[in-house]
Amino acid sequence: MKRDPLRTQRIAFFLLLLATLLVVVPVGLIVVIIVQKGFPAISWQFLSDMPRQGMRAGGIFPAIIGTLYLVSGAIIFALPIGLLAAIYLSEYARDNLLTRAIKLAIVNLAGVPSVVYGLFGLALFVVFLKFGASILAGSLTLGIMILPLIITTSREALESVPQSFREVSLSLGASKWQTIRHIVLPNAIPGILTGTILGLGRAAGETAPILFTVAAFYLPQLPRSIFDQAMALPYHLYVISTQVPNVEEKITYGTALVLLTIVLFMNLVAIIIRYRFRKMKKW
Amino acid sequence: MRRIKEFIIEVLIFICGIASIFFVLLIFLFLLKEGFSLFKFIPFGNFLFGKNWYPISEPAQLGILPLICGSLLVTLGAALISIPIGVACAVYITEIAPAKVKDVLKGGIELLAAIPSVVLGFIGMVTLAPWVKKLFGLPTGLSALSGSIMLAFMAMPTIVSIAEDALYSVPKSYKEGALALGATHWQTIWRVMLPAASSGIVAAVMLGIGRVIGETMAVMMITGNSAVIPHSLLQPVRTLTATIAAEMGEAVVGSEHYFALFAIGIVLFVISFVINVTADLFLHRRK
Amino acid sequence: MVKFQLRNINAWFGAVHALKHVTLDIEQKEILSVIGPSNSGKSTFLRMLDRMNEIHPDFKMTGSALFDGADIMRIDRESLRKRVGMVFALPLPLPLSIFDNVAYGVRMHGTRRKKDLSVIVEQALTQAYLWDEVKDRLNESAFKLSGGQQQRLCIARTLAVEPEVILFDEPCSGLDPISTAKVEEAMLKLKETYTIVLVTNNVKQAARVGDRTAFFLSGELIEADKTDKIFTAPSDERTDGYIRGKFG
Repeated sequence: MKRDPLRTQRIAFFLLLLATLLVVVPVGLIVVIIVQKGFPAISWQFLSDMPRQGMRAGGIFPAIIGTLYLVSGAIIFALPIGLLAAIYLSEYARDNLLTRAIKLAIVNLAGVPSVVYGLFGLALFVVFLKFGASILAGSLTLGIMILPLIITTSREALESVPQSFREVSLSLGASKWQTIRHIVLPNAIPGILTGTILGLGRAAGETAPILFTVAAFYLPQLPRSIFDQAMALPYHLYVISTQVPNVEEKITYGTALVLLTIVLFMNLVAIIIRYRFRKMKKW
Repeated sequence: MRRIKEFIIEVLIFICGIASIFFVLLIFLFLLKEGFSLFKFIPFGNFLFGKNWYPISEPAQLGILPLICGSLLVTLGAALISIPIGVACAVYITEIAPAKVKDVLKGGIELLAAIPSVVLGFIGMVTLAPWVKKLFGLPTGLSALSGSIMLAFMAMPTIVSIAEDALYSVPKSYKEGALALGATHWQTIWRVMLPAASSGIVAAVMLGIGRVIGETMAVMMITGNSAVIPHSLLQPVRTLTATIAAEMGEAVVGSEHYFALFAIGIVLFVISFVINVTADLFLHRRK
Repeated sequence: MVKFQLRNINAWFGAVHALKHVTLDIEQKEILSVIGPSNSGKSTFLRMLDRMNEIHPDFKMTGSALFDGADIMRIDRESLRKRVGMVFALPLPLPLSIFDNVAYGVRMHGTRRKKDLSVIVEQALTQAYLWDEVKDRLNESAFKLSGGQQQRLCIARTLAVEPEVILFDEPCSGLDPISTAKVEEAMLKLKETYTIVLVTNNVKQAARVGDRTAFFLSGELIEADKTDKIFTAPSDERTDGYIRGKFG
C-alpha cells in the first residue's frame, strides 16, 4: 500500500513543531515562574540589606557586591590577555602547527567542566600560590574560564574588518601594529564589547568555579580586600535552596530573580550592541 | 624608538597568543599533581573500577564506578531525550518556521543558553522533581530521570545551534535538486539534507553531550546524592561532577579524599578533551 | 636618472611562478604603462616595487631590485612604502572622514599638529583635483563621495605622504569615462613631480598616458620601449597581437 507522502509530511512537520515547542515553551515558563514567585521579595531593602537570621530574612546585598567584584576581576584578567591573543590569531598567526595547537587549546578550555576549573583554581591559586580562598583566586579562576569566549568573539570582530583597509594602511607606509591600532581595533570594538559583556554575564552566573576558591556561606562584613572571601549570588542561591531549611519561598525565588535579571540583562545589552553595530557598519 | 615599542608589543601579543596552550597545560599539570598522589595509596584499577565510594569511612573506600555509572546513566538519558528533540527543533527552525517566528524561537533558545545552571537546578528541584515523584510514585523525585530531563534541556542550545549551522551550510543545490525532482519538502529534509549535514549534526551532538557530562550544579541539585551503582533511571544517583562539588568542602587538603577528588577531575578533563577534539575534527572534516 | 633598477627578478606565490626573469629600468619622472592580459604578472610586478606582495605569507622573490641605487629588501619597509605610494583598482577609502583619510599616512609617519596637517591635506587634495569639491565638508565620512571622487581621494591620500614614485594598479577600472578622464589628467600633471608606474587593462589608456610601455605575458616581460614605438612597430609579434586585440 503506497503511503501518501504529503500525509507523511504533515505528520512529520507536526512532530517537529511539537519538539520545538517542548524546548521553547518551558523556557518561557521558567522565566514566568521565577518572576511571579520572586517579584514579591524584591524591594530596595532586599537588594541593599545584609542577610539576617541565617539567610532567612534581610537582604542579599553582600552577594550582589561579591558577584560584582568577582566579575570585574575576571574581566580585568581575561580582556587584555584575550584581546591580545585574538589579535595574534587574527593578524599574525600563520597557517601552521602552532596555530592549530592554539585553536585546539581554546576549544578545550571552552569545554573544560566548570567544576574542574574550580579544582584548578583551588590547587593553583588557593593552595599553591597561597592566595587562600579569596576574591583574587575566584576572579582569576573565572577569568581563565571566560578566556576562550573573549578570544573567540574578539577574533571574529577583528576578522570582520575588511582586508582592504589593512592593505591601504600598509601601502601608505604604516607598520603592522599601527594598522592594527588605528584601523583594525577601532572598527572591531563593538564586536569586542559584545563578547566582553557576554563573558561578564557568563562569569556572573557560574557557581562551581567559585565554590572552593572564594565563596563563603555567610560573612558578617563586606570584603575589604582582594584577599578576602566574598559571597556571591549563584552560590547564595545554591545554599539557601539546598542547605538552609525553612527559607521563605519568595526569598529563594527573589534571589534567583535577581541573578537571572543580571545575567539576562547583560546578554540583552550584548545583543543590542551587536545588532546596532551591524546596522551601523559603513562598509 | 617606535620600533622598540612596537617590538615589545608584538612580543606581548605572541605571548598572549600562546597563552591558551599554556593554560590548558597548566590545568592538566595541577590536576595531575594532586590527582596522581592518590595512586600512591590506591592502585589505579581500584580507583577506576572500585564499586564503593565511601570517602569518609575508615579506611576510605575510593572506587568511582558508581559515580561513573551515575554520570553515564544521566548522560545517556539526556542524550536519548535531547538528540531527537534537538535535531527536530533545528530542522523546524531552519526549514519550516516562518521568518518572524524563527527569530522568536532562536531568541528563546539563546535565552535558555544564558540561564545560569544553578537557577535551572533550583527550578528543577522545586518543579520537575516533585512532578517526577508524583508521576512514578517514588519516595523522592531527585533521581537520574529528573537529572536527565533537565540536562537534556540544558544541552538543547548547543545541539540546536550547531545542528542549525550544519543544516544551513548544506548547498542550496541539493535541496533545489530534490524538490525539482518532485520530492516533498519533508522527503528532501529526511533523505537529502539531514544526511548531507550529518557530520555537523554529529559534532553538535557530541558537544551537547560534552556539555552534559561537565554539568555540575543543576545535576547536583536534582539527581539526589546517592553514590551507589544505579539499577534504574528512577533512583537517585551521583555523578562525577557533583561528587567533586559536594565533597571538596569537607575534604582536608592533602588527604586521600582530597587527592581522589582531583583524580576524578583528571577523569573529567580527559573525557572532555577527547569529546572536544573529536567534535572539532568532525566540524573541520565537513569543511 | 634611473629610479628603479630591476635585474632578473623571479617571484613565486607558493608553487606558482608569477614573475620570470624580469629585467627593466624605470626612469625618474616618467610614466611607465604596464600592459598585458590577465594573470600576466602585471600586478605582481607592481606590488613588488613597494613590497606589498609580502602581505602574502607564501611569497618569495629572487633577483636584484634597486631603488635609487639601494636594495629594496635592505631599505626599511615602511620608509620604502612612504616613498613609493600606491593607488588601488577600486576606490578604497578608509572608514574615516575625508580629512582623516588624507591625513592618515602623514599621521602614521609622525606629523601630529592639526595646523601642519591642514596645510598638507589641502595641498594633496588640490593636486588630486578634488579640493574644490570637498573643501567645505572635510569632516564628512569619505563614503559619502561618489566613486570618482573617492578614487581622487585615494590619490590625494597617497600624495599627502610626499612619495617619489606613485604606483597605479588599474585605477580607473571601476570608474565612468568622465572620472577616468579626470584621473588621467591628474596623472599627466603629476608626472612633473613624480615617477609613475601605471598598470592598466585598457590598452588605449596606456597609449594616451605612458611615456614608455612595458608588455607582460605569463609572468615574462616581453618588451618595454617608448610608447610610440610599441604601438606602431613593436619588436615582438606577441606584443603586436595583444595590442591589436588578437588575444587577451
